[in-house]
Amino acid sequence: MIADARGVLTGAHFLSGNEACCEGALAAGCRFVAGYPITPSTDIVERIAERFPTLGGTFIQMEDEIASSIAILGAAWAGQKAMTVTSGPGFSLMMEHIGLAAITETPCVFINVQRGGPSTGLPTLPGQADLMQARWGSHGDYEIIALSPNSPQECFEMTIEAFNLSEKYRTPVMLMSDECVGHMTEKVVIPPAAELNVQPRRYTTLPPDQYLPYRGEADLVPPMVKAGDGYRIHITGLTHDERGYPVINAECQEQLVRRLVEKIRRNSDDIVSYEEYMTEDCEIALVSFGITSRVAFRAMELARAEGLRVGLVRLRVIWPFPEKKIREIAGRVRSFVVAEMNLGQIVYEVERCSAGRAKTLLASHAGGTVHSPQQILGVLREAAR
Amino acid sequence: MTAEVMKHPAETLLRMDRMPHIWCPGCGIGTSLNCFTRALIESKLDLNKVAIVSGIGCTGRVAGYLKLDSFHTTHGRPIPFATGLKLGNPDLKVIVYSGDGDLIAIGGNHFIHAARRNMDLTIICINNFNYAMTGGQVASTTPLGALATTAPYGNFEPPFNLPYLAETCGATYVARWTTFHVRQLARAYAEALTKKGFVFLEVLSPCPELYGRRNRLGAVVDMTKYFKEKSVVRHDAPTREVGIEFQGPLVVGKFVDRPRPTFLEAMSEQMRAKLGEKFVPLTTGS
Repeated sequence: MIADARGVLTGAHFLSGNEACCEGALAAGCRFVAGYPITPSTDIVERIAERFPTLGGTFIQMEDEIASSIAILGAAWAGQKAMTVTSGPGFSLMMEHIGLAAITETPCVFINVQRGGPSTGLPTLPGQADLMQARWGSHGDYEIIALSPNSPQECFEMTIEAFNLSEKYRTPVMLMSDECVGHMTEKVVIPPAAELNVQPRRYTTLPPDQYLPYRGEADLVPPMVKAGDGYRIHITGLTHDERGYPVINAECQEQLVRRLVEKIRRNSDDIVSYEEYMTEDCEIALVSFGITSRVAFRAMELARAEGLRVGLVRLRVIWPFPEKKIREIAGRVRSFVVAEMNLGQIVYEVERCSAGRAKTLLASHAGGTVHSPQQILGVLREAAR
Repeated sequence: MTAEVMKHPAETLLRMDRMPHIWCPGCGIGTSLNCFTRALIESKLDLNKVAIVSGIGCTGRVAGYLKLDSFHTTHGRPIPFATGLKLGNPDLKVIVYSGDGDLIAIGGNHFIHAARRNMDLTIICINNFNYAMTGGQVASTTPLGALATTAPYGNFEPPFNLPYLAETCGATYVARWTTFHVRQLARAYAEALTKKGFVFLEVLSPCPELYGRRNRLGAVVDMTKYFKEKSVVRHDAPTREVGIEFQGPLVVGKFVDRPRPTFLEAMSEQMRAKLGEKFVPLTTGS
């Protein structure tokens, strides 16, 4: 399906990452946003509040992030593509509804413009330390999808991708931006609406008497309906059967939770996305994402100039983790270096997939600013020893 | 020869395949629901456009038994979910049906802000004076002196006066009845369904198994007798005077009925004033 031209700001623009997220949401067909102000994400909802009223969208500033994160679920069940936007402290408050969205299979998008933490931390400065929270932050077993943009152009493109994936897999999708990408301004090219691929909601074609709201199709994703269509659905955060009715026993738990997890794991080849640079002949594989991947790219160039055979794997999708790719590389490199703006998160995933076959080193940074290329280069030299 | 069993009129609105329900013998939630279904049938609303949203707790289970589009959300959050649902499709009639712990304690912030905004929601609060689903803990509605598992020496925190809270925060319609007053309650539901904006109905409901037993209030018959004998109908009573003391008098009736612009009306008016023809209201059914 192509995008609704009304929301597409076709042309070449000079936009910040945050502004580009707003344009991406509009292009994706998002017409409901609930948010609560929080640095460094606020300029997204400011632009939404200004743009929406002329484009058939509703923005509401809720009383807190808890309310924002469930208002979007209500809007999704009313038939809207819906999103909320936040940063660390607000993201922490939203965890209960990431769980509710996962178990009720509600398509929705959360943008987290990451800042330094924990707690109030560094409100105006970047961090990349919420990745495990994005994956594991709500209680219980579930899977989500998380993307990591490294430029304003990608903020635009990945916001659309986030909506598309959330509709395709009926799951919350997180766009894990950061203060640096959010506030950098670069050229953003927005194509004509006809060139944008937008995933429509997967509505059932069955009549109410045959429709089971939680019976997955071949890809394990059940088609949806919306309130007001006469299906008289029941949607609950309790463990439920295919009818959507609560069933409190081990069998139903096994059936539901396994499907929720498997619908992402089994389709991970379709979801994962990464870019490789000079990995064909590399002995050291640098793994990075988001803003840090741009510094990592420079570090790779410097290392190559020194004669070190370094390649870079840039993760566009963080969750599900590109296990196959990392396993494949682990079989042919001496070591991995993971560059991330935290004190060790994705490095554990790389280590797990490497399973002892390649040494795994971390180029860490506590946040507040980006790494210097020299910092990462130092770890690359260590990896070469 | 078998006699035809008459169907209960509420059956058409209930998920009979989910019966029996989980509520205890003597619980007032079922009575409240019976009144509600009657009001809904009489309302002539298009039932395919009516949605029920509940939170967590005994009353939170209401959504699971009503054969409408029904949403059983997280603890304390039915109001913001309902807000998104209503704004996402303004053609829906959205009713929040939940308990006092859910709406007023953990959900208190959402309650006061939805009232302030005059969000177009009908809020039905079943007040049984304690947290019943978890076994009878003290609530923000437990009268002073009453016992609860987490107030074993008696509650010393003053409770909220819910009609006063709702009116002060901006509700357009505020009423209170008990589950003894089945006819008045059904009429109040019916009237509430015709009102716009933030509509609040408090339903005092017996919890004989937990609140009643711990406080030695007798069986449900005795608790209902208390509702009958101590209730005073005072329409238009100033809400500041309707607070509840332990086994004290219960002021019931319609206290507030004042129209004011709803969130959607106010938004539309503001946008039209500033943007004129450029304003495009939300497109539904995308």
